[in-house]
Amino acid sequence: MKRLLLGDEALALGAIHAGLSGVYAYPGTPSTEITEFIQSDPISRERGLHSRWCTNEKTAMEAALGMSFAGKRALVCMKHVGMNVCADAFINSAITGVKGGLVVVAADDPSMHSSQNEQDSRFYGEFAMVPVLEPSTQQECYDMMAYAFDLSEELRLPVLMRLVTRLAHSRAAVAVGDCRDENPLEPDQERTRWVLLPGNAKRQYASLVAKAPEVLRRAEQSAFSSLTLGPKKGLGVVAAGIGYNYVCECHPEGVSILKVSQYPLPQEQILALAAQSSEILVVEDGQPFIETRIKSLLGADYPVTGRLTGRLPRTGELNPDHLAAAFGKAQAAPFPPALHLAARPPQLCQGCGHRDVYAVLNEVLADFPSARVFGDIGCYTLGALPPFRAIDTCVDMGASITMAKGAADAGVFPAVAVIGDSTFTHSGMTSLLDAVNDGSPITVIISDNLTTAMTGGQDSAGTHKFEAICLALGVEREHLHVVVPLPANRAEIGRIIREELAYKGVSVIIPQRECMQTLARKQRKKQAAK
Amino acid sequence: MKTDIKLAGVGGQGILTIATVIGQAATAAGLQLKQAEVHGMSQRGGAVESDLRLSDEAIYSDQIGLGTADLIVSMEPMEALRYLPYLGPKGTVVTSSAPFVNIPDYPAAEVLQADLQALPSVALLDIEGVARAQGAPKSANMVLLGMTARHLAILPPEALREAIRTIFARKGEKVVEDNLKAFDAGYEGV
Ligand SMILES: Cc1ncc(C[n+]2csc(CCOP(=O)(O)OP(=O)(O)O)c2C)c(N)n1
Repeated sequence: MKRLLLGDEALALGAIHAGLSGVYAYPGTPSTEITEFIQSDPISRERGLHSRWCTNEKTAMEAALGMSFAGKRALVCMKHVGMNVCADAFINSAITGVKGGLVVVAADDPSMHSSQNEQDSRFYGEFAMVPVLEPSTQQECYDMMAYAFDLSEELRLPVLMRLVTRLAHSRAAVAVGDCRDENPLEPDQERTRWVLLPGNAKRQYASLVAKAPEVLRRAEQSAFSSLTLGPKKGLGVVAAGIGYNYVCECHPEGVSILKVSQYPLPQEQILALAAQSSEILVVEDGQPFIETRIKSLLGADYPVTGRLTGRLPRTGELNPDHLAAAFGKAQAAPFPPALHLAARPPQLCQGCGHRDVYAVLNEVLADFPSARVFGDIGCYTLGALPPFRAIDTCVDMGASITMAKGAADAGVFPAVAVIGDSTFTHSGMTSLLDAVNDGSPITVIISDNLTTAMTGGQDSAGTHKFEAICLALGVEREHLHVVVPLPANRAEIGRIIREELAYKGVSVIIPQRECMQTLARKQRKKQAAK
Repeated sequence: MKTDIKLAGVGGQGILTIATVIGQAATAAGLQLKQAEVHGMSQRGGAVESDLRLSDEAIYSDQIGLGTADLIVSMEPMEALRYLPYLGPKGTVVTSSAPFVNIPDYPAAEVLQADLQALPSVALLDIEGVARAQGAPKSANMVLLGMTARHLAILPPEALREAIRTIFARKGEKVVEDNLKAFDAGYEGV
């Protein structure tokens, strides 16, 4: 049977059909649809697979490792920067090894369509010394899942699957197969490998290192990679993931092509390609991961080109035009760019509560030219753009509170943090505890729209718990305020902000009103039900 | 035969529904298809685009190359012009003529009209106006799809009508009828 699926959805269905018992994830573009698909899939519901959102990527990774310990197959999904958050658990899961298959999906975002960087998750795979898979089509997204879970159980290692935005969010017909049973509950009996005291950890690390040749052999034998040699010695191309598609789109004649879909890099094939070629072009979407490794494998004298040499652009996602240029096949576009165009950046929705928050904050801070506002990641980051221009920083999830604290320590006054509800539970609670323990003079605004809006309105881990959380972390009752961000309440909210700016300790203000998008969605559902 | 379509609009206007209907029709007709959507940040009232590729042979790239699109289909005139460098030499622009102004520096409507009229092949219609006149104000995107059907040799209009029936069936008969009416009005260019 064929189904029209996004790369994300194909991957999700592949995992379900591979006998998955649970997906653990925190939303993040372009990975969110994997978990959403599993949440609504009939087999997943019938089997009662775990699919509820986690508080952050680290809790997701650890819960999945626990499920693997119990013998069952678990999937972890995140956007690339989530790998930074779960890195401790991820790296150490390679040291413990796994029992039930454990697959970690990292969706990279070259060109930063919705991200703050374009880090390449393949580095994490190499760092952790685990197998990495990189699909080039929706069909491979589906097919690779069963393979990945088997590989994980055979090698007793987590497997990292890396994909990029253009595959995650592109649809194609996918041939799907049958559904395997879940693994039985069979907690691992080998206790010592899970207790990473130095004595055990040394043994486990040695065993991980000893697996390296087998991990490489599996990559060299991977059915997803392929080497096609051209008729005579000339240009050789190493193409990874969707880079392979762009190469094929250009129909380069007479070139030898190595399609790389599994890492570590298949050395045997690279040496064979190099022997048959006079130069090698490396085509990879992301950072020059393969290019640097091939250079060191083949030596300084062998001509290797790619993103580092300028034959392909150093940054941003690849596209068929880059490849056409690299093959000398570029043609001038018949129509030049239009003369009259204006940029149309995204904006906060009309009626959104974040708007009221920024309107009041700007009004109050107009009287405090030395004020700095430390922002965070979510819809409310759009407050950096006109008309508000209300925040001075946005770095990583949770950084608003801790950066405000550090700046306040340095003497910045007033120091204000603006953070969303989901971001607060993701990584802001520990920051707030630091600030409380230090008695830092900061004003924290948790702009609570009762959802994780930026990624499409997923449940937010702390909904209805924020007052309790703040009090428990030690915020004083009289410096904790819950308000409703509406134009009619702006004067009142402004008065509270002014008072709290004057307080020489931690204050928290929680403007709380439902997101316009989730509200409209609920109303549409109600209407449809009628 | 191969058809590459660049879909454009503003977040929330419903370009992905157009892609879904064409995708359904193409799949039913046994064509290969790739459709790259835009999710996330760009949906909040910003410019959105989607690449839709149909073919009776294998399709490799999920993205359309510069100067190769057969069609630019847009819910909004300035958004149609934004992707002009992607249009192939024989390509057609099918677009709504009514500006969606949510930014301060939006160009004058007449200037955009003139830029569009200067193209060798363009179809322009006030799709919201047509949808309203048909008593189907929420179906402007299906008016645009109807206009597109005139230029979509790879799929007959009946295949698209059938796809509309399939896609909207779960929303009830009235929604299906409204969308078909809107599609036909766009197809007839009224
Ligand atoms: C480590 C990490 N994980 C996930 C994301 C993706 N992401 C960006 S904003 C956001 C949601 C923020 O939700 P919330 O704080 O409630 O703000 P809202 O968008 O609802 O205003 C997510 C999940 C990210 N940028 N970084």
